[in-house]
Amino acid sequence: MLDRQQVQKVALLARLQLTPAEEEKFTTQLSSILDYFEQLSELDVSDVQPTTRAIDVSNVVRADQHKPSSEREEILEGAPDREGEYFKVPKIVTGS
Amino acid sequence: MASIRELHHQLIHKQRSAVEIAQDALNQIQALEPKLHSFLHITADRALAQAKQVDAQIAAGAEIGLLAGIPIAVKDNLCTRGIPTTCASKILQNFVPPYESTVTQKIAESGAVMVGKTNLDEFAMGGSTETSAYQLTANPWDTSRVPGGSSGGSAAAVAAGECTISLGSDTGGSIRQPASFCGIVGLKPTYGLVSRYGLVAFASSLDQIGPFGRSVEDTAILLNAIAGHDSKDSTSLKVKIPDYTQFLTPTLKGKKVGVIRETLGDGLDSEVEKATREAIDQLRALGAEIQEISCPRFRYGIAAYYIIAPSEASANLARYDGVKYGARIEDAENLMDMYTRTRAEGFGAEVKRRIMIGTYVLSAGYYDAYYLKAQKVRTLIKQDFEQAFSQVDVLVSPTAPTTAFKMGEKTADPLSMYLTDLMTIPANLAGLPGMSVPCGFDSQGMPIGLQILGNVLREDQIFQVAYAYEQSTDWHGRSPILKA
Repeated sequence: MLDRQQVQKVALLARLQLTPAEEEKFTTQLSSILDYFEQLSELDVSDVQPTTRAIDVSNVVRADQHKPSSEREEILEGAPDREGEYFKVPKIVTGS
Repeated sequence: MASIRELHHQLIHKQRSAVEIAQDALNQIQALEPKLHSFLHITADRALAQAKQVDAQIAAGAEIGLLAGIPIAVKDNLCTRGIPTTCASKILQNFVPPYESTVTQKIAESGAVMVGKTNLDEFAMGGSTETSAYQLTANPWDTSRVPGGSSGGSAAAVAAGECTISLGSDTGGSIRQPASFCGIVGLKPTYGLVSRYGLVAFASSLDQIGPFGRSVEDTAILLNAIAGHDSKDSTSLKVKIPDYTQFLTPTLKGKKVGVIRETLGDGLDSEVEKATREAIDQLRALGAEIQEISCPRFRYGIAAYYIIAPSEASANLARYDGVKYGARIEDAENLMDMYTRTRAEGFGAEVKRRIMIGTYVLSAGYYDAYYLKAQKVRTLIKQDFEQAFSQVDVLVSPTAPTTAFKMGEKTADPLSMYLTDLMTIPANLAGLPGMSVPCGFDSQGMPIGLQILGNVLREDQIFQVAYAYEQSTDWHGRSPILKA
């Protein structure tokens, strides 16, 4: 159902670097899981509306008022890397 | 092992102080943890400080609530400000939340004493607590077996007496199944009854927080403290919360109980089936009217769930990118390299598998065939329940098709692990409340759980049936014999 190339493509979309062993394992395992999903084709759902949430709650709004947010410094302290009051990341633009 | 009311009685009559109760729980934790491994973090100092406050209130003659001074454990996917919250994942190894979840805020305000954070399957993905990146939790009834999952640590801790009550979360059965495996009571409330603010998201349309206890009453008392609307959770329901203990009455006269026919068929362990049928006979003896109910689309729940939950998970877990919090690999060459290697090292196999499934079924060209179809099947399962609840007050089934299995037995084949969720998943898909209550033991001495499902916001019906059943049996009076 699923070949190794597809697994590599999905891994890239998911931003996961897989080892060759993982690629091989996932190709087999995901194929058998997708096979299992096939049983849903036994059901005729052509006229059925999808359920997006278990219990419908619509248009939840609150008054548009200023409120204190979380502590800026406490949040920045949790960052893997920072510079002053910014989150720091490696070079984004690559190549010349 | 004492109940909440017994401990409360001891406290207000000054037979025991809250500090003594907390210390006893911490001693039990210290004695049992080398074998049980229920806890990821033990918060002894905080527990004793909280207990001292309760003692000061009692000494000052103040009236204390039922939960004041009661030892409680919290699943480690609930954010606790200043206390590590790892979700049993390496990617959150050093994460200390800058905010508090609504439920832990509420239990702190109730005076309950938090003794620690419990082990779980990584990001609550699993049915055995074996996907934790840190440790394997044992079942207190047989340490070679799993406690169930994903809230395995919270269930094992309560069963072994390391605490009186605990909090878990249930996305596809993660409270009810470990409650069944560990021989205690566990409730998944109606979706939206308990605020999810501060619960690390797995599958947002399915996740719900709920209580564990050694008795139906303890569970009801804990639900009283955590239920209710919260403006910080947009899916939180604005409904009046009753006192759930008022529904704990001994008779079931006229109560209509439906037995889900499809859950007593193929693939069910014969001893589980026998215990379930005996429990149904007991409900009848208590005055309930029993009828068989068919939920023909129930069995498609697993397939629909394992499309919907990984889809939501793949989106929710995109936030673990090594930028704002959590782990990051060293020496990243560029941003893409940092993302892909941070996530490769930070996530375990089951989490990766589910991110892969979710990403695949949501990717271009497959959406209609999988995700949309699964959401339509979700509607069919809701319709089965609507049909059923037009005829009965509650539905019963086994909680799980088997009792607790051996560690390692199902880890090689992910699909075999997914199939253990057969009985519990439909309630999550429909947002319904469900409880597991002890209903016997198999020949190996492992506990069996009866699942009781109610209609939307009918926790009252579940409590009534569960309590009457519990009080007429002595299953809940047994305790695992786990020697330090």
